[in-house]
This record gives sequence, C-alpha cells and structure tokens, in this order.
Amino acid sequence: MTRIAVVNGVIIDVEKDRLLRANIFIEEGVIRRISDEHPDSSWHVIDAEGAYVAPGIFDMHVHLRDPGYEYKEDIESGLRAAVAGGVTRVAAMPNTKPVNGDPSVTEYMINKAESLKLAELYPVAAITKGQRGETLTEMGLLAEAGAVGFSDDGLPVENAEVMRRALEYASLFGKPIIAHEEDRNLSAGGVINEGRISTLMGLPGIPSTAEEVMIARDVLLAGYTESHLHICHVSTKGSVEIIRWAKKRGFPVTAEVAIHHLTLTEEDLYRAGYNTNFKMNPPLRTKEDVEALYEGLADGTIDAIVTDHAPHARSEKEVEFDKAPFGIIGLQTLLPLSIRLWRDNILTLPEIFRKLSTNPAKILGLDGGVIAEGQPAYITVFSLEKYIFEESMILSKSKNSPFIGWELEGKKKFIIVRDRVL
Amino acid sequence: MGIPTKDLISLSPLSREDIEELFNLADEMKKIIERPVKKVPTLRGKVIANLFFEPSTRTRTSFELAGKYLGADVINFSSSGSSISKGETLLDTVKNILAMGPDLIVMRHSSSGAPHFVAERVEVPVVNAGDGINEHPTQGLLDLYTIRNYKGGLDGLKITIMGDISHSRVARSDIIGLSKFDTEITLFGPRTVMFYDPSPYRVKIARTLEEAVKDADVVMMLRIQRERQSALLIPSIREYSKFYGLSHWKLSLLKEDAIIMHPGPVNQGVELTPEVVYGNRSVIFNQVTNGVAIRMAILYTLLSGEGS
Repeated sequence: MTRIAVVNGVIIDVEKDRLLRANIFIEEGVIRRISDEHPDSSWHVIDAEGAYVAPGIFDMHVHLRDPGYEYKEDIESGLRAAVAGGVTRVAAMPNTKPVNGDPSVTEYMINKAESLKLAELYPVAAITKGQRGETLTEMGLLAEAGAVGFSDDGLPVENAEVMRRALEYASLFGKPIIAHEEDRNLSAGGVINEGRISTLMGLPGIPSTAEEVMIARDVLLAGYTESHLHICHVSTKGSVEIIRWAKKRGFPVTAEVAIHHLTLTEEDLYRAGYNTNFKMNPPLRTKEDVEALYEGLADGTIDAIVTDHAPHARSEKEVEFDKAPFGIIGLQTLLPLSIRLWRDNILTLPEIFRKLSTNPAKILGLDGGVIAEGQPAYITVFSLEKYIFEESMILSKSKNSPFIGWELEGKKKFIIVRDRVL
Repeated sequence: MGIPTKDLISLSPLSREDIEELFNLADEMKKIIERPVKKVPTLRGKVIANLFFEPSTRTRTSFELAGKYLGADVINFSSSGSSISKGETLLDTVKNILAMGPDLIVMRHSSSGAPHFVAERVEVPVVNAGDGINEHPTQGLLDLYTIRNYKGGLDGLKITIMGDISHSRVARSDIIGLSKFDTEITLFGPRTVMFYDPSPYRVKIARTLEEAVKDADVVMMLRIQRERQSALLIPSIREYSKFYGLSHWKLSLLKEDAIIMHPGPVNQGVELTPEVVYGNRSVIFNQVTNGVAIRMAILYTLLSGEGS
C-alpha cells in the first residue's frame, strides 16, 4: 500500500479561502487525513518546508500533437513538461492527425498517457466528424472511451444549428461543449489584434468582434438548450461582458482565459518586433482588455486559467510573421506567471488555484480539484524560488515561448498524481 | 548620419536631419545621372543582391540602376520559379544568397516584417524594397524628396493621400516620413480600406473628395488592387473610380499649384485618368527619376560606412 505524507507545507485551501499549515496523509491515491499529526516510518514523507501545497494544477487546454504531429510534441514530452511545470492533469484538444473524433484515438491517448505514469491526460474529442462542422461525432462512444468534453477547437462550428444540436446531444452524457469562439470570416487573413498596433506594424488585424459575435451566439444557444458551454481562451473586454451577462441570466456557461493573455499585451508584441512567439489565436489584445480579464477573474465571470499550450517546431515558427502558425507553449510557465497575478494583487493564492485546479476539474465533471479528505490526491507543491527561464529548461519538443529570458517566481518542487510523487 | 541603423527597413528610426542629409546626397547623385557617362567608381567591388520575392519592375530596376551608376555589381534574384516554390524557407534562401558574398541585400517580400526577420539574422545591411502592407521606405523617401524639390521644402505643406490606405506600404512610409516635418496629412478613401485605428499617426481623415483635396499642396494617389472587390472592400472598379479617382474635371477642385503624385504602376482610368497622369500637374515621372537618385544615396550611405 502506498502511503504518502506531505508535511511542513502551507496548504492553499481554496474552499475556505485560507492558507493553513498542516500535514496531508494520502493512502492509495486518496487523501485520508489532513492534520497536525506527524507520520511514522510507514509513510513516504515529502517535506514541503518553505513551500506551498496547492490543489494539483489541471490545465484544461493543451495541444499534445500526438497522434500525428509528433515532431512538434508527443504525449510523453508534453506530459514531462506538465510535470516540470507542476501540472498534474491536462485536457488535450482533438486537433491531432487523425482528429480525435473516434474512440480508438481517445483510447490511444489515454493508454499511452497511463503507461507513462506522468501527469494525467484527459482527451477532449471533436464535436463534428473531422472537425468539419457538419455532422456530430459519436459522443456517447467517445465519452465511454474517456472523452471529458467536445471541441472543434481552432475550427469553430460555423453553423448555429450544428452548435445547437451539439450542445443538446453532449448534455445527454453530461459533457460540456468546449468552444474556441471565432468567426473565421471576420478574422480571415488577420494575424494580430486589429487596432493601434496592427496599424503601426502593417499586419492584417483580427477584430475583437470575431471572438465576441461567436460568444454571443453560443451563450444564447447554451441558455436556450440549457446545456453546458465552456468558452475557451476569452481575450477581449467585450467577451467578458457578454459572458458576465449570460451568467447573470443563469445560462450554464463557464469560461477560461489563457495565461499569456493575462501577461502580455499587443504592446509587448510591438516591442518584440515581428517575433512569431508573440503570435497566437486569439491574438494578444490591449491593456484595456487585459484589465477586463482581471475583473472577470476576480468577479467569477472567468472560471479557469489555462495555457493553450501549442507546440510548433522551430522550422515552422522561424518564418515570415504571417506564415507562422498561431500558438505558444506554456506548461512550464503557467505556475510562475500565475504567481505574478498574486504579486500584482489581482487574485489571492486560493483564488488562483481555484482557477488553475478546482474549477477545471469541476467544469469537466471530475473529482480531485480540492485538497480535502476523501478526495483523490492531485497536489502541486511549489516554492517561491526566483530564476531565469532558459530555453534549456524546456522539456517540450518545441521551444516557442515568448517568456525565455524572463525572471520568474514560483517553481514546482513535487507533484502528487494519486499514488505517485513526481 | 543619414541612416542611423545598419539597415533601412523603416523610416521610423530616421530623424528629420537624417532625411535632409539623404536629400542633399541625392542632389549630388542626380548630377551623376545627368552626366553623359553615368558611372562613378564609388562602390566598385561591392555586390548588391536584389532579392525580389514579389513581382516588381520599377523598384527592382531603380535599385539595379542605382547600384550600377555607383559602380557596384548587382545580382537579381526573383522568386518565381525559384527555390521558394520548392519549399525552401526564406531564411534558407537568404543564407544561401549570403554564402555567395553580397555586401548588401535589397529585399521585397509579400509578408510584412520579412525584412526585419532577415535583418536580425544577417550581418550585411538590408534595404526594404517593400514588405507586405507595412512599409516601403525608399518610396517614402523619394516621395518626400520629390515634394521637397517641387515645393522648396516640406514644412508648412498640406499633403493628401488618397486611395487604398490600409493595404498601402507607400502610405505608411509616406505618413511616417512626412510626420517628421511640420506637415498636415489628410487621408481619404473608402472606409473599408482605411486604417481601422488611425490613432498612431498624426493624420486627418477627410469625409469627401472635395474636403480631401481643396487645400492640398500635394495629392498623393495610391493604386487600388482589383482583388479588393472580391474581398468585399469595394463594390466595383467603376464605383471606386467615380468616388475616389481623380479625373480631369475634378482637377478644378485642387489648388492651382497642387502637384499630383502616384507611386506607380497606375491603373489608368481607375484612380487616375490618362489626362491627369500626363497632365501638367503630374510629377509621376519625376518621382521615378528621383527614385534612382534617392536609392543611390541610400546605397552609398549604407555601403561606404557613412551610416552608423
């Protein structure tokens, strides 16, 4: 029997919104006791002296590129990066090759991840066959195989009727529709946020409305069908306002924000020149948008913080700005960049881990999002060590991060994934 | 002085004094062009690589002549049918050309920022001959130079730029360059091809053609691309030319001494009618001549170590 005791750390209690010093006793991957007792020699003791003990980070938006694009990342390198970043669980998007729209792909991903005994992987399957936006995938079979939600990801469902039926059908299995919200007609050709900086850099813009019109449509459909819609990487002030309105109406809507949208603005992109590691979709927005995202986090409009970890090979990123693919990696910078939100007085530590750990689990209908007796053990132990983030530290196969060279605060010491300490 | 950086990619880093110095140098260069024997040995032994990843006749020829008049050897690389279509990346292509030892790269590319990307990765100077919809700094300089030659200076002038503003690298470089002088810049064109956010620039947006041109000392017309129709930006060429083109009879709206410019090539009968192109207010062909002189000044400055 595996018995793990995490001692001497400061527990981040997201439920009671407090920090407390106590020891955690885990047997067979389940939290049995939280107390002041000291473990005897039958326990494998993890000393968390000087460190924080938080609910395990659950990054509910990553791209692990496996199967199909293993030159960018594979399940092993992606999960190793997760472990290094203090992330205990990830939800992987379906834009693989083949698309994860068939139970065999879902099973492949789960089996491969389980055999590695690293962080846990929860596949998100496609909404429509081949992400083509036309006919629904076999959501029941996919859910049985282990899919935790459905998303067409970067190829959002254009047809509102298809979206309506997807919401209704997925709700039968208790799974959310996870929507990357973008009207691809409005955003066509655009590579950065439309506004001051697109004028200055002579780059085609993506208007904020490309995101907002789709969010408006989909929250209405979620309300109408009373089905859970989870909105991916919200990036604009207008989006926050629409989601706030929808939640006020009682629509079953949740939302996430990507950590880079909380950390960078289009001004950073401008200062970096035409650096493709600042190119992502949705694009970096304005300071005003970022402030609205902070407010949305603080008032509960935005439920989760994610990475949208999107590895791309150097040969793909080291090209002309408009030819480079969108996206950056993030698994190893999520924790330290979230710590900045605490240092900047945007959120408290318990609030941060509610967004990083508790709510993602809740949104996907899974246990283990809190440190409490009887819960499966997912724990992130981290210190406030400061360090320079070097490219050589990156365990992903791809190194497309705009944060290389940054001084970061917050380093993973251990993670616990049920019965394993990593 | 003249060009404060290794490269000439944008007009932004140049000061007013830098630009004036290039103008003075261009005056000297013009004298060379006017000689019966148009060749000086100043850049003898230097090799200039013209890398055109997008079709161009006038700009490429202008750079080629500028290099040759100064005694440099000029090689031309154009992308059609080249290694680019075989899947070679831009960086590869540039590194391969560099391995052949040129002293300066002139580059045109359909992607905004492509010359910035290259300049950061090579030692030799890079001159931007137009990148996407971003900038065309040598065109900007030759436009300013032409205005200065006709009007005796730039300060106090009202300049109107008309046409497809948001997709125009010429408009951006002109605005950036003109803003370094005491000028008043007015933009006019269909809202669909105007900057969504013009706030970074000190410009006025005119609502009507009459308002746009009535006080202008200079009217700079831009080329409209026919593809803009399919992109929903204009309904038809006919309509564009009626509301946004300059035809002979509209010239009465302009001041007596206003000059008309165009970066070329002109869509005859669309943004300008032939009567205007060849008329007495048009300085379009002087722009072309000045282009060679300005490019000589630029090549000389970057290659003779007169830059930074």
